[in-house]
Amino acid sequence: MKHRALRLAAVGVAAVLTTFGVAVGNAVAKDKMVIAVPTFLTGGGAPAFGIPARNGTELIIQAINKGQVPAPYNTKGIAGAQVEAIIYDESGGGAKQVTEYRNKVQKLGVDMFAGFVSSGTCAAVTAVAEELKTLTLYSTCGTPRVFEELDKNPKYVFRTMSHATADGVSLAHYVASKYGSANGYTGINQNYAWGQDSWRDFDLAMKVLAPKIKGSTKGQWPKIFAGRYGAEISALLKSPEDLVHTSFWGGDLEAFIFQGLARGLFKKKQFLMSVAGTAAYRLGKKLPTGIVLGSRGPYGIYANQLIDTPMVKWFNNAYVNRYGTQPTQPSYQYAQAILGAKFAYEKAAAANGGKWPSTDQVIAALEGATFQGVATEVRMARSNGHQGVTDHAWGVASFDKELGLPVVSDVMHFKGDCIMPPDGMDSVTWLKGGMKGAKCD
Amino acid sequence: MVQLLFTILTDGLIYGSYLFIVAVGMTVIFGVQRVLNVTHGSFYAFGAYLAAYLGGIWYDHELPDFGGFVIIFLAAIVVGVFFGILIERGLLKHLYGKDEHIVVLATFAAFLALEGVGLFIWGTDPYFFYQPQAMLGFVEILGMTYDYYNLSLIVLALIISLAIWYFLSRTIWGRLLRAVIFDREISQAMGVNVTAVFLGTFILGTTLGALSGAAIAPTISVLPGIGVEVIVLAFAVVVIGGMGSIPGALIGSILVGVVRAAAVHEFPQAEMFVIYAIMAIVLVFRPEGLFAPPAVRKI
Repeated sequence: MKHRALRLAAVGVAAVLTTFGVAVGNAVAKDKMVIAVPTFLTGGGAPAFGIPARNGTELIIQAINKGQVPAPYNTKGIAGAQVEAIIYDESGGGAKQVTEYRNKVQKLGVDMFAGFVSSGTCAAVTAVAEELKTLTLYSTCGTPRVFEELDKNPKYVFRTMSHATADGVSLAHYVASKYGSANGYTGINQNYAWGQDSWRDFDLAMKVLAPKIKGSTKGQWPKIFAGRYGAEISALLKSPEDLVHTSFWGGDLEAFIFQGLARGLFKKKQFLMSVAGTAAYRLGKKLPTGIVLGSRGPYGIYANQLIDTPMVKWFNNAYVNRYGTQPTQPSYQYAQAILGAKFAYEKAAAANGGKWPSTDQVIAALEGATFQGVATEVRMARSNGHQGVTDHAWGVASFDKELGLPVVSDVMHFKGDCIMPPDGMDSVTWLKGGMKGAKCD
Repeated sequence: MVQLLFTILTDGLIYGSYLFIVAVGMTVIFGVQRVLNVTHGSFYAFGAYLAAYLGGIWYDHELPDFGGFVIIFLAAIVVGVFFGILIERGLLKHLYGKDEHIVVLATFAAFLALEGVGLFIWGTDPYFFYQPQAMLGFVEILGMTYDYYNLSLIVLALIISLAIWYFLSRTIWGRLLRAVIFDREISQAMGVNVTAVFLGTFILGTTLGALSGAAIAPTISVLPGIGVEVIVLAFAVVVIGGMGSIPGALIGSILVGVVRAAAVHEFPQAEMFVIYAIMAIVLVFRPEGLFAPPAVRKI
């Protein structure tokens, strides 16, 4: 009786795992590889980041399996293996995510990870990834601390886009070029690592690139997910500075925009919104006209509107047809990381005589390499070849009534080597030292 | 200087009104039933979601603008009555008389379950319901722009507090309620239908919770997790004012609102710190809160 119950339980568990497409510890049979993909499926991060990221992942993996991705990725699968994604929820904080990471490696035997939205999660799982010797490609999380403090000699961890310092530096370049006569800048940023780092990098870069435009010491620091910004809007309205920097995202950004619009804030101040691209399509006509809009690179609205390559055209069309909305920056960034995995495994397999490569061989193939993402080229050119360098773009947002979509104009592009610290130098030292070694020609 | 003081006071009153509208339902329920109701965050979220959902349909069909305001109250009543009956009859009635910690844990469990239900019903996409705020426009006072919708929250908070005062002090039901608050067992012995009072009180508290969400919905992006933040703030206000004290909730909300606004204008880094600093100071010097009478300890 007891054995029968155990058998039934085993069958039940297996059925559940099969139903939900979970791979049961089969990391060596390479007709199939399993990629764990963490992203926010619940909570405040889901609408702006998690769901577009999940959609981009599903789209690119299905297309890879069918061989439908344009060249140079137009072969089926990854090094011949069909790809299965375990897309799971990144919510719950660092401790929970460390447990999730261990479970995916030790119980499910996944081949690798690709994803992670939050800088907090990346900071939490970096040491575990190295400990468990599991290839991990960070697609989106921005904190420079990953390779500057937490993992100075990375082996298993890579990041397939520029880190957050590039956002602040490229924005400062844009401001210096377009708003050189502004009388000053202030800011409103969420009071946690992302908001503080974003302000710090922008502020330090402005001191170098536009020293005549003075920064305020009375920037606003509401709690993340605060939702109500009445007093902050009053403080911004009475502040003397022309420019306002914000790295708000998700529901906070949307709530701030609704509350600011109702008080005429965006007509009185020039806003610089570093991740407004995540909300642009959802807000549509409610996106304030004239804001400087960022997408953490040439992703989302910049790619959809301005990049005319077969890869972007295919991705955009496939995404719109499938999900009924335009892809945003996380869709591109997650797809970019998956393409990085395909590039690395296939390069390693080719060097291995066509056989399935070891993790060490895949790492060797990706270190220092250059591969084509969906919207931009990715050069793994920092932190011993583990930190990606990608280009950036900034422009001014408005709503195009004919297209029925938000668009950007007055766009400037910035090369990765102009806006990222040189190899071996940490961001703050580089910024405080006058950004020496930046190649902006 | 005058402008700064005026701005701090106005911002503080608006934020305090928001806090009061959110916290008053929780206070009413605790005052009568001695239930620290964590599901209050869910009622806020469901009120916001239903208002934003119905509002979206309403404005998609280009129906008259004022309908958005009707929807706010309609959503509050629907959510309040439905969840009031469901949670009180389905959960709390089985827990009356049990240890208060168990009741808190049970409402916390219900809160988590309702978060999942909300996700199942509404999904992860945000809902927008900005039209009521946008249609009212704004006004300039002493050189500062304020939107009428947020100013109207002060009026709403005032109406709610007056209505509750009138209900408690001028109606039979209010007197019965006060009798139950004073001594549940004696009230029951005197023939008061305590079960009905509890259900009515819980529906009232639930409706106020849902009204707070529905009223705030036009100013925010309605998305998963909005109930979590609210419950922490509501709890802070209830503790500062005194558990179960409605005047305490009102004064506590205004106090927190004004001090927070002053911090935003003069020491922005401290804006969240001040809320919890006030709570800590009150707990040190008056553990029962500003307005709750010291509890008699039964030996």
